[in-house]
Formats: sequence, C-alpha cells, structure tokens
Amino acid sequence: MNSLIAYTLHLADNALILSQRNSEWCGHGPVLEQDIAITNISLDLIGQARNFYQYAESLINHSDGTAANPASEDSLAYLRTEREFKNLLLVELPNGDWAQTVLRQFFFSQYQYLLFQQLQFSKDEQIAAIAAKSIKEVSYHLRWSSEWVIRLGDGTRESHDRMEKAMNELWAYTGEMFEPAGYEKEMPVESEEIKKEWDEKVRQVLEEATLTLPPASEKGSVFMHTGGKNGIHTEYMGHLLAELQYMQRAYPGCEW
Amino acid sequence: MAVQDLEKIFQQKIEQEIKIEPKDWMPEAYRKANIRQISQHAHSEIVGMLPEGNWISRAPTLKRKQILLAKVQDEAGHGLYLYSATETLGITREETINDLHSGKAKYSSIFNYPTLTWADIGAIGWLVDGAAIVNQVMLTRTSYGPYARAMVRICKEESFHQRQGFEILLTLSKGSKEQKEMCQDAINRWWWPSLMMFGPHDKDSPHSEQSMKWKIKRKSNDELRQSFVDMIAEQVKVLGMRLPDDHLKWNEERKHYDFGEIDWKEFWNVVKGNGPCNKQRLDARRKAWEEGKWVREAAAAYAEKRKARQKAA
Ligand SMILES: [Fe+2]
Ligand SMILES: [Fe+2]
Ligand SMILES: [Fe+2]
Repeated sequence: MNSLIAYTLHLADNALILSQRNSEWCGHGPVLEQDIAITNISLDLIGQARNFYQYAESLINHSDGTAANPASEDSLAYLRTEREFKNLLLVELPNGDWAQTVLRQFFFSQYQYLLFQQLQFSKDEQIAAIAAKSIKEVSYHLRWSSEWVIRLGDGTRESHDRMEKAMNELWAYTGEMFEPAGYEKEMPVESEEIKKEWDEKVRQVLEEATLTLPPASEKGSVFMHTGGKNGIHTEYMGHLLAELQYMQRAYPGCEW
Repeated sequence: MAVQDLEKIFQQKIEQEIKIEPKDWMPEAYRKANIRQISQHAHSEIVGMLPEGNWISRAPTLKRKQILLAKVQDEAGHGLYLYSATETLGITREETINDLHSGKAKYSSIFNYPTLTWADIGAIGWLVDGAAIVNQVMLTRTSYGPYARAMVRICKEESFHQRQGFEILLTLSKGSKEQKEMCQDAINRWWWPSLMMFGPHDKDSPHSEQSMKWKIKRKSNDELRQSFVDMIAEQVKVLGMRLPDDHLKWNEERKHYDFGEIDWKEFWNVVKGNGPCNKQRLDARRKAWEEGKWVREAAAAYAEKRKARQKAA
C-alpha cells in the first residue's frame, strides 16, 4: 500500500471512529440542544470520513485495477480488521462522561483544525479539497468544544473535578497526534509546527477553564500512548468494530 | 370583560378558523387539553429517538448510517419545537419533562416496541412516520397557533423520513432471501402497532369529542386510521410484500380498504406500561436526564459567573 493511500485511510478512520463514538450520545445527551449539537458533529465527521474513503477507494482501484473485489467506501469501513485501522487511539476510547467527551472533541478538533489548514494547500488536489471543505465544520466543532471545556472547568465544583479527571484520562493520548507514522512522513505536513500551535491554543483554553495545566512537553518528559496509527489499538477497538461492522459481516455481499 | 363574553369571542374565533394565540384568552380546559396533547407529542418525538437510535451504531452502510443519524436528530428537533410550543401555554420544559419521567405524561405507545433487525428501521420510517404524517397533516390546521405552525415545519421532514424508510424496505425487497424475509418480518411486527397509533375507536376515545369541538383535532381516530390503511395498502404492493391481515380487502362500495380488528387487549396493555420496552424507554430517558444534571448545573453556574463578571467589568 502506498503512503498516500495509507494516509488517506488514516484521515478517514479518525473521522469515522470519532463519529461512531459521538453518535452513541444521540438520544442520550444531557439536554436536548446538546444532543442535537453532538449529533451534528457526528454527522459532519461521517461526511468527512466518506469523502476520504471515497478518495482512498479510487486510489486503491486505480493502483490495482485487476483486483477481483474492487474497494468501496463501505468495504474500507466495514471489512477491514482492527489491525488495518489507522486511527488515533484517542478517538476510539469510550465516551466516558460529558466532560471526557467534550475534552476529547476539543483536543481532536484543535488538531484537525491546524492539520486541515495545512492540508488545504496540499499538492494532492483531492486531499486539499476535502480539507478546505471541512475547515468550516471543524472550526465550529472547535468553538463548541472549547466553550464546553471552559464552561465545565469554570462551572461548578463537580464539573471542575470531572474535567480534571478527564484531563488525567486523556492527556496521555494526545501525543500520538504529533508522532508521524511512516506514511505521514512523505506528506508535506509540518507536524512540529502543528504541535507547537496546538500546545499554545490548548493551554490558553485550559487556563481560561481554570484547569491544571499539563506538564511542559519536552520530549520524553510525559509518557504518551501510541500505536493506533500503525494498527496497534486499544482493546476497545475490536468491540467498536464488532458493532460497526456487524451487518456487513453477518450478511456479506448484500446491497442495503 | 365577563367570562361569558370572553368565551363567546373564543368560540367565535374557533368557528371562524382564526388561530388561538398564546396571549389570547382561552378556557382553562382548552389550555390543559393543548398542554396534554402537545407535550405528549413532544415526548413521543424524544422517546421515539430510542428505538431507532438502537441501530445507529450498526447501520449497514456509511450512507445509511448518515441518513439514520440525521433522521434521529430531526426527531430531537421536533421535540424541541414542541416543547417550545408547550411553553407558550405557561408550563416549563422542565415541568413537562418531569411529568414524562414520573409516568404522569404519556407518549406514543409505538415506541415501546423493540427494533430487532435493520429492517425495523425501514418499517418505522415507512409505517410509523407514515402514520405520524397522516395525523400531523391534520394538525397543521389545529386551532392553537404555535402548535399548527410547528406542525407545518415538522411535516416536511416527516415525509422525507417516510420516503427514506420505504427506500430501505424497497432495497431489502429486491435483495437476498434473508433480506426479503427480514423485510416481511418487520412489516408483520410493525403493522398492527402502527394502526394502534391512531388511538381507540372514536366511541372509546375519552378526549376526542371535546378536542374536535375545539378543533384541536379535526378528524376522528377512525377516519385517520382509514386513510392510513388506504395509503399503505397501495404502497405495500410496490414492495411485493404483504400486510399481515387476512381481512384487508378493497371495498368498492365504500371506496376504502376494509381491514381486520385491532387487538385492543394488546393496545391497552402497552398503554398501561406492559409493552415489551416501556420500562427500558423510560429508564433510558430518566438516566440521560439524571446523568445530565451536573452538566446543566455547570452550564447555569458558568452563565451566572459570566454575567456577574460582565457587570463588574
Ligand atoms: Fe416522529
Ligand atoms: Fe418527528
Ligand atoms: Fe420522523
């Protein structure tokens, strides 16, 4: 698999898996307006995932025109195994409470925002177009989630404590965003630059939220979990896929 | 003005098809009847998210997942408009929701049935949203202004939902043997409960008569049910499936379909709380509400702090 395909799948997988997680809130949100808002984000993400999968599909079928079963957006989402998925560990973690959900969204959206800002100028026209198209959505996700981080951090005693707990749960999964996998290295993305800006922006929001700032991130000072980008996932991932892929696995080769 | 005069003006408005607006004088019983009906409708939209939500994580394709998510989200939006319409009658959303959670307020019994296969998502769209449309088209002409206007918005989306549901079943009906069986099985399970959505026979419907006089309702339960049967009996032919009723037959004289008798014992059982999912549905709603409490409190506390800071600045 060439690195452009792998990279495109990585972007698609991030969006799909986070969409899947967020959609678990649909019908169960803390208040109706926010049920709608988190579902909106889930919808935007699945839209992005489909764009990236469709692009990967065309790349794969082009590079291997002889394949007996050509790839499709659905075969890529429903028929790959957990070892083939390339999403960040962060997005596959269980939702936890609302604090954990909005904090995860904030970490991810801040990253996606900075990444897509670069990708929209990518030489690859398709990637550039999808990134450019998605930025508006992502900046909404970023605003929504950062407002929630601040609101909960600076809300009540309980909400503050829950945010601190969410920080402890999630911080160790943020480093993976900035550790380029092999297939990323060929992409013209300045991950050092993204990391720097991400760190700054995140600290601003956490500060406004009156939350404890994580230790400064000199290399090696804080342990970070990695592996998702190369298909080494958490134990949660297999269960997530078992549910997501159930129909396609139970009834192979059908139209739906 | 004397109450008799106010009542006369109110009755005149009703007769002249002038909508009653929140600030208008209205009989207390009219207000209560509207609160009961609109909040029941709002609860149905919200509880109705649960059976369909049950398949979001397992939808068979990305496109279907996207459509289903958007559909369930639409239902949340409907709930929101309807809670707002209830609020115009002087009852807060919180009070209304508490009535749901305490079991005092009802919601449509149809949502107490389980979604067992993917085909159920098609059957719900086609039959349940289909039945809702028949009812809601009538309600676009209901006498209370905010309710009527909410219905106009909602109806557009509901017909979209029905088409999408039908489309799911149509795809199944052209699919593999298992898919066809899944399709027929879902129709078998959802047909009778969807007929029950229109409520008891007119003669057994306690609130109906007064509601008709006030033009809250404009057609009787049995009339609405008949138009639903007539519509679905035609559409099922396109699917090449069968409705599970041996008495279903076109009646040339009446120009309507005849159909069999509903199992009213089952109907009342589900209304009384003994349907397959009554407990799960209410539990799920209560759980979301209770677990969301700290979130709502934090949002309120933060909003207060901000206000105070802005004042101080
Ligand atoms: Fe509905
Ligand atoms: Fe609805
Ligand atoms: Fe609907």
